[in-house]
Order: sequence, then structure tokens, then C-alpha cells
Amino acid sequence: MALKIVKGSIDRMFDKNLQDLVRGIRNHKDDESFYGAVRWSLFTWRGENESTIQAKYISQCIDEIKHELKQDNIAVKANAVIKLAYLQMLGYDISWAAFNIIEVMSSSKFTFKRIGYLAASQCFYEGTDVIMLTTNQIRKDLSSPNQYDTGVALTGLSCFVTPDLARDLANDIMTLMSHTKPYIRKKAVLIMYKVFLKYPESLRPAFPRLKEKLEDPDSGVQSAAVNVICELARRNPKNYLSLAPLFFKLMTSSTNNWVLIKIIKLFGALTPLEPRLGKKLIEPLTNLIHSTSAMSLLYECVNTVIAVLISLSTGMPNHSASIQLCVQKLRILIEDSDQNLKYLGLLAMSKILKTHPKSVQSHKDLILQCLDDKDESIRLRALDLLYGMVSKKNLMEIVKKLMIHVDKAEGTTYRDELLTKIIDICSQSNYQYITNFEWYISILVELTRLEGTRHGHLIAAQMLDVAIRVKAIRAFAVSQMAMLLDNGHLLAGNMQRNGICEVLYAAAWICGEFSEYLQEPNQTLEAMLKSKVTTLPGHIQAVYVQNAGKLYASVLQQNEQDGDKEAAQEITQMLIDKLPQFVQNADLEVQERASCILQLIKYIQKLQAKDVPVAEEVMALFAGELNPVAPKAQKKVPLPDGLDLDAWINDAPSESSSDDENPKKMIFHEEEQRSARHRQPEMDEDELARRREVRKQEQANNPFYIKSSPSPQKNYQDASGVDHIPVVQIDLTVPLRVPGMPLSDQYLKLEEERRQQQKQDRQKKKKKQKRDKKGKRRHDSLHTESDEDIAPVHHVDIITEEMPENALPSDDDDKDPNDPYKALDIDLDKPLADNEKLPVRTHRVSEKKSPEIETSPVEEKSKKPSKKAKKEKDKKKDKEKRKSKEKVSKKHKFSENAENEHAAPEEEIITPTSKEESEKPTGEASDLDFWLSNTPVQSKSQPEPLRNEVASEPVASELEETLKEKDKEEDAKSSKHKKKKHKKDKTKEEKKSKKKKHHSDEEAPESVQNGSLDEEPLPPMSNYCLLAENSYVKMMCDIQGNLQDGSQVVVSVIFENQSSGYLKSMEFNVLDSLNTKLVRPEGSSIHDGISVPFQLPPEVSNEARFVFTMESIVMPQKLKGTLTFIVKTDDGSSHEKLDFKLHFTCTSYMITTPCYSDAFAKLLESGELKMCSIKVDGISISFQLLLAKICFHHHFSVVERINSCASMYSRSIQGHHMCLLVKMGDSSVSVDGKCNDSTLLGNLLDELKQTLTEKC
Amino acid sequence: MIKAILIFNNHGKPRLSKFYEHYSEDTQQQIIRETFHLVSKRDENVCNFLEGGMLIGGADNKLIYRHYATLYFVFCVDSSESELGILDLIQVFVETLDKCFENVCELDLIFHVDKVHNILAEMVMGGMVLETNMNEIVTQIDAQNKMEKSEAGLAGAPARAVSAVKNMNLPEMPRNINIGDISIKVPNLPSFK
Repeated sequence: MALKIVKGSIDRMFDKNLQDLVRGIRNHKDDESFYGAVRWSLFTWRGENESTIQAKYISQCIDEIKHELKQDNIAVKANAVIKLAYLQMLGYDISWAAFNIIEVMSSSKFTFKRIGYLAASQCFYEGTDVIMLTTNQIRKDLSSPNQYDTGVALTGLSCFVTPDLARDLANDIMTLMSHTKPYIRKKAVLIMYKVFLKYPESLRPAFPRLKEKLEDPDSGVQSAAVNVICELARRNPKNYLSLAPLFFKLMTSSTNNWVLIKIIKLFGALTPLEPRLGKKLIEPLTNLIHSTSAMSLLYECVNTVIAVLISLSTGMPNHSASIQLCVQKLRILIEDSDQNLKYLGLLAMSKILKTHPKSVQSHKDLILQCLDDKDESIRLRALDLLYGMVSKKNLMEIVKKLMIHVDKAEGTTYRDELLTKIIDICSQSNYQYITNFEWYISILVELTRLEGTRHGHLIAAQMLDVAIRVKAIRAFAVSQMAMLLDNGHLLAGNMQRNGICEVLYAAAWICGEFSEYLQEPNQTLEAMLKSKVTTLPGHIQAVYVQNAGKLYASVLQQNEQDGDKEAAQEITQMLIDKLPQFVQNADLEVQERASCILQLIKYIQKLQAKDVPVAEEVMALFAGELNPVAPKAQKKVPLPDGLDLDAWINDAPSESSSDDENPKKMIFHEEEQRSARHRQPEMDEDELARRREVRKQEQANNPFYIKSSPSPQKNYQDASGVDHIPVVQIDLTVPLRVPGMPLSDQYLKLEEERRQQQKQDRQKKKKKQKRDKKGKRRHDSLHTESDEDIAPVHHVDIITEEMPENALPSDDDDKDPNDPYKALDIDLDKPLADNEKLPVRTHRVSEKKSPEIETSPVEEKSKKPSKKAKKEKDKKKDKEKRKSKEKVSKKHKFSENAENEHAAPEEEIITPTSKEESEKPTGEASDLDFWLSNTPVQSKSQPEPLRNEVASEPVASELEETLKEKDKEEDAKSSKHKKKKHKKDKTKEEKKSKKKKHHSDEEAPESVQNGSLDEEPLPPMSNYCLLAENSYVKMMCDIQGNLQDGSQVVVSVIFENQSSGYLKSMEFNVLDSLNTKLVRPEGSSIHDGISVPFQLPPEVSNEARFVFTMESIVMPQKLKGTLTFIVKTDDGSSHEKLDFKLHFTCTSYMITTPCYSDAFAKLLESGELKMCSIKVDGISISFQLLLAKICFHHHFSVVERINSCASMYSRSIQGHHMCLLVKMGDSSVSVDGKCNDSTLLGNLLDELKQTLTEKC
Repeated sequence: MIKAILIFNNHGKPRLSKFYEHYSEDTQQQIIRETFHLVSKRDENVCNFLEGGMLIGGADNKLIYRHYATLYFVFCVDSSESELGILDLIQVFVETLDKCFENVCELDLIFHVDKVHNILAEMVMGGMVLETNMNEIVTQIDAQNKMEKSEAGLAGAPARAVSAVKNMNLPEMPRNINIGDISIKVPNLPSFK
């Protein structure tokens, strides 16, 4: 037996590994081309064709792999999985092995784990059902002591994260964002974007930390954070405006081009929302443009400057320099021999074009030159540019150039592109630039000569549009269209959908509708009724028939007026002869119209025979002008009162209405279906198509089914039939071309002459004037021709499109409701509410509710959503548990979490109102306003930066300095703001409920909200206190509780270099106590220090953060510590150290938490809290300042304030509630406190007392 | 965001495919095929950008590619990426491959696609650029390889021996195949940083 096992494992050694597999596949190559290989292999997979050697070999390999996957040995499985990953690349579905992949992922060996995650990242997605089994494994890997295990899990997860995974793991990933290793930090930061996408609720809780990472000491982490925020901001820029100051600082300080590019791109997205930001940016950006050598950075700078200029748009004369700079730099790019730069230059140029066409137009030569480039991408870009460069003056010339390109162009795609561009250019902004419509019509006619274009409908639409809307051109258009109709058979060869034959549709309609302009209506009418016409697509034939009717009417009238009865009867007879061919048409529309008109004409013939004049009445059939209707007109018709579009008109049609046997009935049946679709939007197009298909199939198989039309022309009706018609390529040369010069060129020449003439006329006039004015305005002779001077050939009356009366003004931009980024449109400036927490893993055993919850129905309500989520999770836990019953050891783990669970419900007591949230952002915004409004004043006083480059350098640094200061100030301020706002709202709410009692409070809330307009400004406050200092270095520190982890506090230390030397290899170490421990990187002993992740040049300061874990937080603690560092001066370096004492006050365990007065009252009533009080005398400061101090230094928030009495609330990181009642008498303050833990309360009150006495 | 990274050779055979959005295997192959079609018909000295059109997710996307010896490196990106930046990233990628494989050639990619994936994972994660510093990437890759080796230890020895034997027995050692100039020459481009 044992021998067998050994033998088995030796056998396994001879399994194919990946290299063998690859080699094997290469040896079994039978088809050199990749297409063949893949096609065959795909067929093989579907079991359709196993003829090729390679496919056979691969399927044999897959069998082996399947066998290997059944082995117990994990190495064998991993080997199989890596081979599968390779086959996946070749197009094989490997999802069947998903479970095995998970097995390999959960191996303890990194080698195999990596293989597992690689395979998973290649083939897992949201639809993979076993993916939910990975949650625990991934969580385990994320917290692995080995950084590469964590890294590999993060990388894998980034490819297949699902909403469930995102929800369950968000908290774990967030902790990793503060990991000691930058390698992990940057990965954790990056993956957060994916988590946000899948689980948008996580954005707000995680955002503060993400923001923190923007200033991470490691540049990789910083870059990752910038990356994520840029991605977020790109979708919903307005939510990130408040970060502008921070990014501005980064932009001026960072040297990493990747980061710079991202930030600059981000600013490009932000500036449209805030023009003032743009003004601020122009200066540093132009500096960058001048200074950088990296083309990529230069290009992005130019791009963003353009965005800024667009946002500033009108009337900034002093920015013309910036535009010039951009255009000039872009010209350099376009002229570069590097095609990439050329392409990008054109791309950026097209952006400038939109707002500053003038500055681009001067580079027309360059852009026309690019049209000749051999690179299609570049040609297309140049075409885009041309669109914006046309003017009345150069339109004809540019179009002529394009027409030449059309003739030269090889490949239909590019030619089609040219065609659409020509039409776009000419038709833009209501034919603004067309001075001569005859020329345009002839251009359109020339375009019909294009072979194989897909844009026949486009030309047709243009013809119709011009003919309808430009009245003066109708006569000319009609003559051209008649010519087209005469030669219609030449165009009919192209039967493709949207092929060039579409123009016949337009031609027929124009000739019919405006028949009064026709020179030889008889001839045109004959052309329209040729038998060749019946080969055209149905909808065109229908138009032919209808317009033949119109034409007939006008011919008839003409004849009757002339008294030419014979001619009238002749023409009637002709129609009667020709129309029957349409009556038999396969197309229903044609049939219907033809039979209608045929009957009508037969009736007319009878009348004619009786010598009754009929022309008047026949004309009346087609009387009235058809006006163009604006494309959105239908949408804008207001809904009449009392009309319910969703109401049923009839009862719902029963599904049982069987398929019709009668072909005639089909019409109605179709109609019924269509109307049914209106009523039942869920029956979509696809479904209908499918049903139709089924029905056709049935009909085809039913021998008793009588086909709808016996005519063989039936074939034309369905698309597949068209393919079988042999398409004859007809040489289109002679008839359409005017010998010698193409028509449009003639116009060009005429136009030039005309303009010359006009110019001369003008000059003559001017000369006259001049003579009159005795040459006063001599410079007039230098006058260049501008757009306005070119008068159109004939007065063109462009009819505007009709809109319904009282049209709705709403210009609804349809947004995609399925946009995944929409969910991330979340206001990030609002303070975090308490229930906005990332779900933390909890255990269901502790479902017993804490008594508080049961007593408060209001809170119950507010908690509903989170509870629901929890329930769901519990369910899932259940499932998982059942699956892993044998893993008893887990139970032990869970019990650890039971503690957390106890805390959790209590934490949820306080919930915010939406009102409070909605008011907060104004505070942020005003900060931004301050930042934005301040600097322009500054920059005004500075010398013009563009002209004076030397001067701009110090200016920039000065700006930076002031900005830095401002930022610091703002940080402090904004945190104050937050607290203030809470207070204000609380008091306001209070006011409402107790209005009757306290009428005199009116002023109180006003004065509490101080931020901007109060009479007594608060002195600047900082929580940073001096930790230690010597001649080399100064350490300031601030201690804050960790929101996410109840047992951690974060110590932020600012190191400031006070010496003239360079501070290097700083190491921060403390002596751990039993209760308090410094969190050190994995694998280091408790005596090792943590190296500070930066060096300090002279007089520079930087901040580092250290995390400590706490067991108990009820007592203040002191830890002794040492900072060792090397001072490097010119003379040499020396080893120095600085001792310090880190003082963890109880205050530092408190977290500012908003609380409602009713919840607060309930908390006090619950009777669980212990009480203690202090009294401080000799207080001279105002009550408001006093409250502000308590809020700021001790992390409290005001629940309610009445005159000189206030209640305050805070919470510790371990969930202790802390309630204060502060009363102010004459120069004395009494504070009553209540807390779950009396020791904590006592210590905190002592600290409070100290603050109040010391600093007042 | 980077939507996909593809490497294929002059004949369109895929050497690496990494999609950062889910597509079925058939669609993936189709995308590779169409991308190859688009890219391969372009001349050597035209620009490296292509409007990908409908290939992957819409008009916002671009194909940015480089052609080295027998291989095309194609990145499909959306408008949030800097075009020139991505070109430099491709260069960094190839230089890193060159460093990790010591004179990388197509065969390295053919036989060690897993390693290429690992290198790529250190540069791009979930479609976002993770690291652009080559030294940092190489350091991390080396550390991971070292770990892998230490894990294999004695247990891995027989397998290595076997594979050596296998290689010996086979008539063609991959390195000895002569397919002309296959080694990817990394031209010295003006560096990004």
C-alpha cells in the first residue's frame, strides 16, 4: 500500500508541467496561422470538429488535467491549474475548474497560492458561483504575516471583486491601508477603487483615510491614492472640488511625473465646475510647460490649460498669452517627426478649436498638410480639426480639397469618414458657412458618385433638408434631382442598406413636392415610372409612387391650363399603364400606395372622358406646404391634462391569440403586436424578433401555409434575399459629369469671381466715401476681408424648424441609469455618520440585544438597514459554517469577536438627520471659496508671470509657502467647523421642540455658530503638543483614537529639523507597557524601533504616524521612548538621540461623535451611567470659547445648549458613552459627567479641569 | 483605467492576455483577433495610438501599442490615462521583462507566461498603474522568486531534475530553435522620468 503511494507520487513527477504543455502544443502544430488554430480549438471545445492534431492534443491534455485535479497532492493540482490558465489564454473555458482553483488558492505555500490567484484572476467574475467560498480564504491571506501572501491576494481580488466580497472585505482592506509596508499600502489603496465601485457604501467611511494617503511618505502609495481619487473624480468631479487645495499643494511639490500627470488631468476635470480654480492653475501650469522636459507632462499641462481656458471662456484678454503658448507648443508637437506627438498635438488642438477657433485657424496650412499624412489616425484627427476651421471665406476651398481626397482615398472606411466630414462641415450650425447653396447641392450630387458608401441616407437627408429649408434653392435643386432621377438606374446598382440609392428617395420626393419648378415634368414622370425602379428597395419605391402622383397632378394642371386635353389624357393613360407593376410589388407600402393612386387615376380618366376639368381637385390632394419639424419636437409636446399614457385602452391582449394562417390578416396581426409593445414595454425588440423568427420557421415548415405573395419578387423583402441578387457594378462616368470641370469647381470659380466683383464694388464705394471724407481713414485700404463681408449669392431664407406650441423647455440629457459610476456620486464632505461604518465581521451567537435597544423604538428604526445587512451576513455565515463544520477551531476565533459585537449595537444608537448632513457642505465650500478667492488677489499684485520668467520662480515658491500655511490653518479650522455645525443643528432642533419654553434663546444658536461671521473670533487651537525637543530636532505629537479599531490609537508625530544638518535614519522606539504596545512590523521584536519613513533636510518638518494597541483605556498612561537619529553636516555625521515621554491621556481615547438630544436623554435615563462632577473657579473666557475648547481638545460635541448651560457627548474608542453637563456661573464652571466607567470619567474630568485652569 | 493588456506575435498568436473587465473566452479571442487585425496592418512608422472603436467598451477607449521584434504589446486604455505615459509604461514593462529574463525573447514569453503575469501584476493592478519604477518592480519580483525557491527546497529538487531530464531527451530545446531575430531588442527611448 505504502509502496503504491510512493509509486503514485513518482508517477506524478512525470506529469506534464506548463513548459511541457506548451512544447507539446507547439509540436502538434498543424496550422501555422493562429486563426486556424483558434477556430479549430474552439470547435473542438464545442465538440463539432476534432480533426486537427493540435485540438486533439489539447483535449487529451485537458483530460490529463482533469485527472490531475482529482489527486490529493496540492503540487499536482497547482501544476494542473497553471496549465489551465495557459489554455484559458488560448480561448478555452476553464470555469469548470473553479473549485480546484480555490483549493490551490488556499494552499499555505506561496508558490501555489500565487498560481491559484493567477488562475482565479483570469477566469473568475461576478457570475462565478463558487466565488463566495473565497471570502474567508482571502481574509486570511490579507492578514497573513507574509507581505507577498497579502499582495498576491490583493492583486487577485482586484480582478474578481464582487459586491459581496467588497462588502465583506472592505474593512480588512481598509486596515491594510495603514499597513507598515508601503508595498501593501499601495496595493490596498489601489484596490479600494474597485471596492468602491462594487460597494459604494464604503466610499464615505473609507474616504478620510484615502485622503490621508495622499500625503503618505512613500511616493508609490501617494501615487496610488492620487490614482484612485482621480478615477473617482473623473466620474463625479463636483464631489472632489474640496480636495483642490490639497492637490494644488501636491502639484507644486511633487516631482513624480506620473503623479503630476494624474493630478493635472484631475484638474482638467475639475475646472469646468469652478472657473476660479482655473485662474489659480494657469500660472503654475504655464510654469510647468516652460520648465518640463517630459513630453507627456507637457502635453497634459497643455491639455489642462486648454480646459481652463474653455471654462473661463469669454472675455479674459490677459489669457490670450496662454492660448498662444498652447497653440505654439502644439504646433511644435504637430511638426515633430514623431507621429505620436503629431497625433496628440492634433487631438489637443481640436479642443482649443471649440472655444478659440481664431487662434487655430492660423495654422490651417499645417492641418491641411496632415491630411496628406500616410497615417490614418492622423488624417482622421486632422479632419476633425477642419470641421472647426471653416469660415464663409474658406469653406469652398477646404471642401474642394476634401473632394480631392475623396477621389484619392483607398479603403471605404476612410472615404466614408471623409464623406461624413464634408457633410458635417457644410451643414454645421444651420449651414452657417454656406454662401452658395447651388454649390452645395452640386457637391452633394457629386458625392453620389461614390461607390460602395454606406452613407447614402446621409446625403439624401441633406438634400431633403436643404431643399425644404432653403426656399430660394428649390428650383436649382429640383433640376439637379430630375437629372439624378433620369440617371437613377446608374445608382440603383448599389443595393446595400443605406447605399447610395438612398439619394433617389430624396430626389423623387423633391421632384414631386416641388414639381412646379420642373422644366420637363413629363420626362421626369416617365423616369419615375420606369420598370427598373421596381428593383429599388421598397421604401424608395413607395416614395416614387407617391410622388409620381404629385407630379401627375401638376402635369395635369399644366395641361388643363394650356387647354391641351390630349396631352392630359395621354399622361393619364401612361400612368394607368405603368402603375400596375407597382401594385404587384412585394412591399406592402408600395402596393397600397400604388393601388390607391391607380384607382384614383382610373376615376380621373373617366372624368376626363366626360370632359370635366379635374386638375383643381387633384391638386387639392397634395396642397399645402410640408414644413420641417425639429427632431425633438415630438418629445417636447406637453402632455395634455388628464391623459394617462400608461392606462390600458383595452383589456390586455390574451397571449393565446394564435398565429394567423391568413396572410392578409398578417397586417393587422403585426399592428396588434406593435400596439401591444407600447403597452407592455417589457416585451422588447429582441423578443419580438425571436417570435417572428419562430413564426416564419413554423410557416416554412407548414405545407398548408399559403405564402403571402406568389410573386418571385418576394425575395427582395427579406434581407437574406438581397444577397443573392447579383450586383452589377456599373461604370458611372459620363452622364453625371459635366465635361471638363466638375460642377462644384465651376461654382468655386464663379464664387471667386463674384467675390472679386463684390470687393471691387465695395472698394469703389469706399473710394467714393474716401473722396468725400478726404482720405481721413487711410488704413481702410488695408482692410482684410472678413466673414461678414461676404454676401451670399442670393438671399437665402432658411426656415427654422417647427416646434410644437408651448414646447417643454427641458433639455433632458439622458443619463444611463445603469452607469456603475453613478452609485459613487456621493457627497464626501459630509461628516461621517455613526451608522456609516464598514461592516465588521461579527458573530451571530451574540444576537441577544442589549437592553437599550429594546427600550428605544426610534433607534430601532434607524438601525434597520444595517441590521438587515447583518442578518444577511449571518445567514451567509450560517452557510459557511455548515460547510466547514469540521473546522472546530474557528469557533474559538469567533468567540474573540463576540466582544466587538457587544459594542456594536451600542455604537449604533446615534444617527444623524439628513438635515444636518445637508448643511455641512456649505462650511466646506466656504473653505474652498476662501482658498480660491484669496489667491487671485495675491497674483494680481505679482508681476505678469508669462512675460517675466525670472520673476515667476520666486512667485511660485512664495505662493506655495502661503498655501502651505493656509492649508494648515484650514485643517484646524475645518475640524472646528464640523463641531460647530453639529452644535448649531442640535440647538436649532431643540429650539423647535421647546420654543414655548425658551423664547429668549434666539441669539444663542447664532453665536454658537461662529465660523465666519461672529464677533468674537476663536484663537487658533492645536492639539499638537510638544513631545520633546533638543537642538537638532523638535517633536510635536497628537494622539487620536482609531475609528475603525477599538483597541488602537494613532500617534501623529511631527518631526522638525532644527539643526543645519541633514537628519537621517531616524528610529522611533518606546518601551511597551503591559497595557500599551507599539505596533511594529511583522517579525520584529518588542525592542526594535520603527524607522521613520523619511529624512529631514534642514528646517523641514514632516509627520509620521505610529499605531499603538491598548488593552484598557480607562487610565491615562505614560510611555518612555527614544528617538535615535544621525545628524549629517558638512563636518561629518554624528549619532544622536532624544528621549521623550509619550502621554496617553484619556482624552485621546475619545472620538467626537454627534448625538441627538432625544437619544442623549434616553442614555441618561437608562441609569447605567456613573456620575461624577467637578467645579472650576476663576474662568474668565466666554462660554462659547469654553465649549469650543472642550470640543476641540477633548473631542466632545455639543448636544444641546441653553443660555450658559450645555450638554455634551462623546464616545471612547471602546464604546464608553461620556455625557457632560456644563454650567457656567459667574466666573466659575461646573461640569457634571456621566459615563459607563467611573475611572474613565474621573480621569477625563481631571484632564478637563486642567485644560480649563491652565489655558484660560 | 487600463481595460486590457495583450501581447501577441506577428502572426497574432496570443502570448499574454489580461482583461480587467470580464469577457467570455470567445469574446476575448475575438478581441485579440480584431486587435491584431487593426494593429498588424499599420506601418512601422505611424503613430502608436489607435481609436479602438467598439472593441472594448466604447469610443472612450484607445489602443496604445508598441511593436518589438516579433511581439506586439497592446494596452487598451480609457481617456483617464495619459497616452504618452502608457507608452512609457510599455517600455518599462519590456525593460523589466528584459531584466528578469536576461535578454528576453518571444520564447521566454511562450514558456513562462506565468512569470510574465507575475511581473505585470507588480506594475498594473486591476487596471490601474501600481508601480512604474523598474528597480522597485525587479526587487519585489526577486524577493518573491527567492521565496518560491526556498519553498520548493528539497521537495522541488526531484521535479527540477526530472524537468531537466525531459529537456535533455527532447530533440528541440526551446533556446536552440532558430526563428531568426527573435530576441526583443529594447531600444533606448528617451526615458519618462
